Amino acid sequence: MDQLINGLYGIPVAGLIFQAVGYIVDQLPFLSHAAVAISIPIIFAALCGVVCERSGVVNIGLEGIMLTAAFVGWVVGVVATQFLGHGDPTPLFGFTLPLIIALVSAVAAGMLLSLLHAWLAISVRADQIISGTIINIIALGLTGYLISLISQSSPKGAGSFTPLAIPQNVANLPVVGWLINAVFNQGPIAISAIVLTVVLQILLFRSRWGLRTRSVGEHPKAAETVGIDVVKLRYRNVVAGGALAALGGAYLSMELTNSFQPGMTQGRGFIGLAAMIVGRWTPLGAFGAAVLFGSAQAISSSITFAPPTGSLGDFMNQVPPQLFDALPYLVTIIILAGLIGRSTPPAADGQPYSREAAT
Amino acid sequence: MSVAQPPDRSLSGRIRAAWGIVALPLLSILLALIVGALVMILSAPIAGKPVDLGLPLTAYGALFQGSVGNFDAIIGTLRTTAPLLLAGLGIGLGFKAGLFNIGAQGQFLIGGIASIAFAQLVHDMDPLIAIPFALLGGILGGALWAFIPGVLKATRGAHEVVTTIMMNYIALSTLSYLASGPLKLPLSPQPVTAGVGNAALPILLGRDGHLGILIAFLVVPLVWFLLYRTTRGFEIRAVGANPDAARYAGMKPRRLIILTMSIAGGLAGLAGAGNILGVNHQMSASFSTTVGFDAITVALLGRSNPVGIVFASLLLGAMRAGAPLMQIEAGVPVELVDVVQAIILLFLVANAVLRRFFRLRGVSANLGTTETMTATYGSEAIR
Repeated sequence: MDQLINGLYGIPVAGLIFQAVGYIVDQLPFLSHAAVAISIPIIFAALCGVVCERSGVVNIGLEGIMLTAAFVGWVVGVVATQFLGHGDPTPLFGFTLPLIIALVSAVAAGMLLSLLHAWLAISVRADQIISGTIINIIALGLTGYLISLISQSSPKGAGSFTPLAIPQNVANLPVVGWLINAVFNQGPIAISAIVLTVVLQILLFRSRWGLRTRSVGEHPKAAETVGIDVVKLRYRNVVAGGALAALGGAYLSMELTNSFQPGMTQGRGFIGLAAMIVGRWTPLGAFGAAVLFGSAQAISSSITFAPPTGSLGDFMNQVPPQLFDALPYLVTIIILAGLIGRSTPPAADGQPYSREAAT
Repeated sequence: MSVAQPPDRSLSGRIRAAWGIVALPLLSILLALIVGALVMILSAPIAGKPVDLGLPLTAYGALFQGSVGNFDAIIGTLRTTAPLLLAGLGIGLGFKAGLFNIGAQGQFLIGGIASIAFAQLVHDMDPLIAIPFALLGGILGGALWAFIPGVLKATRGAHEVVTTIMMNYIALSTLSYLASGPLKLPLSPQPVTAGVGNAALPILLGRDGHLGILIAFLVVPLVWFLLYRTTRGFEIRAVGANPDAARYAGMKPRRLIILTMSIAGGLAGLAGAGNILGVNHQMSASFSTTVGFDAITVALLGRSNPVGIVFASLLLGAMRAGAPLMQIEAGVPVELVDVVQAIILLFLVANAVLRRFFRLRGVSANLGTTETMTATYGSEAIR
């Protein structure tokens, strides 16, 4: 068997591909876990996009909402720890009182900021892309300004949530164990992303709220004539979407790491929007696309931590490492350009609604 | 919709018309400075300082001093204005065509690194050859970086807001690769490019008033002429106002979108080239700038109009140039400029509210032809 594999690896060019496949299979336990962990903020962003855009509001401000939530979560954690101390973390997920207060504040901040977007987009009827961009600039500016004030006193963070422990013998099971490990060896925010995806998929296509949301996003006038309050529903959806994006931001500063850096969302909100488009504005589709983007990044981080050996390793050494940094963004552009023609947005997406205006 | 009236040619009529254009931007700037002052006062305790009501006066005083306080400061302001002006013109041009180019950041970086690459080819030639050649490199680099999202938008319908942001991140990696690989200064321990040799822009005025500043201001009439006095400019504006109507009138929206994006990228690339050849003379792998995002503010504040963009870029340029002195003298982080900028934009967009609150009548709210931007979002490829 080993001889066969070595023989296959020796073939020029095709051998490299065999080695790459072999490397990925070798790294699967790590890769699958990293792919899920990296995908979580993208999933939240995409879910936020689905909830907003299905009701007809484009929200490109979700990048800024995530950044703000990441910042608020971290800072409130710092302050709460100063007043309440660290406390004993619960054995499951490592909940402490400061962390819970911080998480709630992060979600509230995200909802508040998306309320601003809702007001600009729905009531003021500003251009929604401009409005979203302004949300992004406000978030980047305000968090950058405040963090440079705060970091002068180099404060101590509240720590972070801990992953669910999977028994080693389960996690080591081939394939099934890796999958269980990838999905469930995660913190509470990450697991809630997976749960929320399924819940939203069911709600959007099987509940009264879902039907109303979709009808408002497709034809608000018709929805209004059957008694749906378009403005109220859009407000609710945008604010609820803000809570989802905020969870994605809180995940970055309270679960994946326990720190905040200026601009730490690094375009994940926009990648989430691309995932939403590729996933055809459905929660499950967006989830799948987000995991695809996450996998691209997981492979690049796996190559950094466990460089491949043999002729594949020699080949990889010639590839500049910056290419791997750019990989998630390249993949996003390529997939977006390749698939977009086949997915259609909600008909009233991005159009401000006015009861009086003729359509 | 009100009925179009013949323009009032009397002096008071002209003053009223001018007020109608500048009232909202001026009011937004004033209110943003007030909000900025509140942010300063309220955030002082975070850094462990007492609440000081005089802090905004000290800070804004230093900001003023640092931007227009003396001759060198004014030149410094012009120096930071030049790239904002060029990139802002590019973004404004995009707005006219209904395109939101958030990628000026990446186009600026690629323009800068491309100008270094071109400069190294001709570094020992006569400056009369080397300078135009290196500037051309910057224009081409920026144009290429915007051409890609332009093509994707025109042929595949991929919205430029997402693709240009992705291109910004790819530009960072590209810059890092070039500055630590092919263009690296030999034997340097740091990843930094070699210099630009004879392609360095000459200093014309004061300590650092380089040729690039003059070039930036000379581009303004060119862009104005393109937009308002050429057929292509008319087509660009027509596509922005209504792509369907433009197509029925025989124009080619696809080609115009690619063309407009490329010109916008070329302008941002020229901004990068001017800044690198005139100020930095080299780029490190971690070169960072705020030009790309400031230029969005510039274009919105200047209402996509070349003349308005001149004034908006001067304001933002002054704020950027004066901010370091504000940090030194008042202890207010330079990031306050970002906050003020964001609040200006917020008031501009919420203009309907401002107009009602301050009872401004006859003041136009129009932010350029930005309405079609969201309309093309996520849609299928443009026919």
